[in-house]
Amino acid sequence: MSRIQDKFSELKSRNERALIAYAMAGYPSDKGTVSIVRSLVKGGADIIEIGLPFSDPLADGPVIQSASFRALQKGMNPERFLNIVKKIRSETDIPLVLMTYANLLYNRGYDKFISTVKKAGIDGIILPDMAIEEADQYLDVIHKNNMDAIFLISPNTSNERIRRIAKASSGFVYLVSVYGTTGGTQQKFQQYTHDAIKNAKKILGEKMPLGVGFGVNNADQARSILHTGADAIIVASAFLRLIDKTSKAKIQGKIVSFAKSLKKTTISE
Amino acid sequence: MKLGYPKDGKFGEFGGRFIPETLVPAVEELEEAYLRFKDDKEFKQELDYYLREYAGRPTPLYFAKNLTESVGGAKIYLKREDLLHGGAHKINNTLGQGLLAKRMKKKRIIAETGAGQHGVATAMACAALGLQSEVYMGYKDTQRQSLNVFRMKLLGSKVHQVKEGTQTLKDAINEAIRDWITNVNATYYLLGSAVGPHPYPVMVRDFQSVIGNEILSQMKELKNKSPDSVVACVGGGSNAIGTFYPLVEGDTTMFGVEAGGEGIKTERHSATLSSGSKGILHGMLTYLLQDKYGQIKDTHSIAAGLDYPGVGPEHSYFKDSKRVKYDTVSDGDAVHAFLELSRHEGIIPALESSHAVAYAIKLAKKMSKSETVVVTLSGRGDKDVEMVEKYMSENVKNSR
Repeated sequence: MSRIQDKFSELKSRNERALIAYAMAGYPSDKGTVSIVRSLVKGGADIIEIGLPFSDPLADGPVIQSASFRALQKGMNPERFLNIVKKIRSETDIPLVLMTYANLLYNRGYDKFISTVKKAGIDGIILPDMAIEEADQYLDVIHKNNMDAIFLISPNTSNERIRRIAKASSGFVYLVSVYGTTGGTQQKFQQYTHDAIKNAKKILGEKMPLGVGFGVNNADQARSILHTGADAIIVASAFLRLIDKTSKAKIQGKIVSFAKSLKKTTISE
Repeated sequence: MKLGYPKDGKFGEFGGRFIPETLVPAVEELEEAYLRFKDDKEFKQELDYYLREYAGRPTPLYFAKNLTESVGGAKIYLKREDLLHGGAHKINNTLGQGLLAKRMKKKRIIAETGAGQHGVATAMACAALGLQSEVYMGYKDTQRQSLNVFRMKLLGSKVHQVKEGTQTLKDAINEAIRDWITNVNATYYLLGSAVGPHPYPVMVRDFQSVIGNEILSQMKELKNKSPDSVVACVGGGSNAIGTFYPLVEGDTTMFGVEAGGEGIKTERHSATLSSGSKGILHGMLTYLLQDKYGQIKDTHSIAAGLDYPGVGPEHSYFKDSKRVKYDTVSDGDAVHAFLELSRHEGIIPALESSHAVAYAIKLAKKMSKSETVVVTLSGRGDKDVEMVEKYMSENVKNSR
């Protein structure tokens, strides 16, 4: 069992769902990333999603785009990313999921890239531009390294395809909540999002957890999608926005309290 | 060598479909529609009608007598795509995809554009076919191709300036894809080059193959044989793939010309095939200009339409299989060819096409007078006259 799978069963035994919280490597700085992860853990995050920025993040909205751009301008690269991950891993046993784009893996070679991040402490990988049809080689290497490949599904994904994606996935399946890029600012999800959650849950069954992300901005939204049946909420851009608008001295405190407000929604009363 | 319709969208190892899951149903729907209509008699008749009566096909294969004499080598022929409605080959593809979008009952069309030629061709096709269009264009490109921005607006299109990243074609494609993800059900993405996820590279190639097919039959009529050589410029590579594909199985020598910018030893060029490496961008595996980590590099060309860090996957396949030779022409040599063709033949070529003209001049010199070189003149140069004037005045200053 991987750290991710262990985490989901541990939470289940406590009748809790998961908060998956995001930090981008190198944003606002390398050291800052480590402190932010510390605060996310302190705030109750169950799994950390850590972004390695790509120059052309076409599934991402303006918030992650601009953070990627700035992190890259400051020289973020896979080597520095590994140092950040190693530092985090030396402090905590929390599951770490890498989110990036296929080219950064392809460029180095799937074998080399994946075994290196595994050694540093990454447990699973999310690639929003890796369709299952193109994933054979990638999956072989993932399995060889005993890691989880987390694939995405969308509200318009057919049932037959959800089944195929679930088969290729391990750890959890990531449902994109809306038609759109990351970081949508809606305050409430539309009915189609709830329908998609119900449908995906029905197909995935009890064994494969369902995480829901893209545009989860506040505790009310989190509560509503958990109520519909999601096993995890995934929050990324909302944390970056908080970092953007908060003075440096107050960032850590704000992150802890925002994470706490989200984590609370995953615990049944 | 000739791959026809590759079922998994692969040209050798290149191409494929590296896309966010939300777009999968959309490209599947597109592929299904394309397969259904591409050989449909009524669809083909309607497309032929628009290509003939609206766009002005067939285009002449013009013997450039004065240029040939001045060069003193092989006979140079110009495939006059610049004479098409709108002034570029792009209309071949936008009419094809526009008619397909109509059959798919999509009313909202989005497109990206670099130099603005595809944006203009999209706006025209959409106006003619009764569709609504919105075009994404990098901010830097809107500044250097402002005439085309105004043309798109006149034609009823909404132009979105893209201020992210390098503010050129690459970022315009990113934004168009993001729009498509957001409005996936009602929107048709009319991609302008032979790039992107399957089936775009195949579909754009097929719609542009009218260029190569006409070259074949026109050469046959003139010389009773295929041309000895053909030359086309390559950015994403749509006019080039349309020129090459029908000739692939013959013995014509083929040359794709990339933008050498300020030299491929510098960082200021767009020579993807000549100096790039394999990678994944915009839904396809292909040659890219990227750094050692896989981040996409900034590119440069005096020709906005060539200023792109990727290239159509079928070109990557033709490069590795050595069926086509890819080479580069610098900004300076392209401007020189722009002036040569204008003076010798009274034809002002687009800066993109000027790269092909420059290469053809060099090539023809080395060939015998009995041989033939066909250059695809993909567009006309009205849009570029200010740019060339600026370039000339700066370079006169520099040489002082």
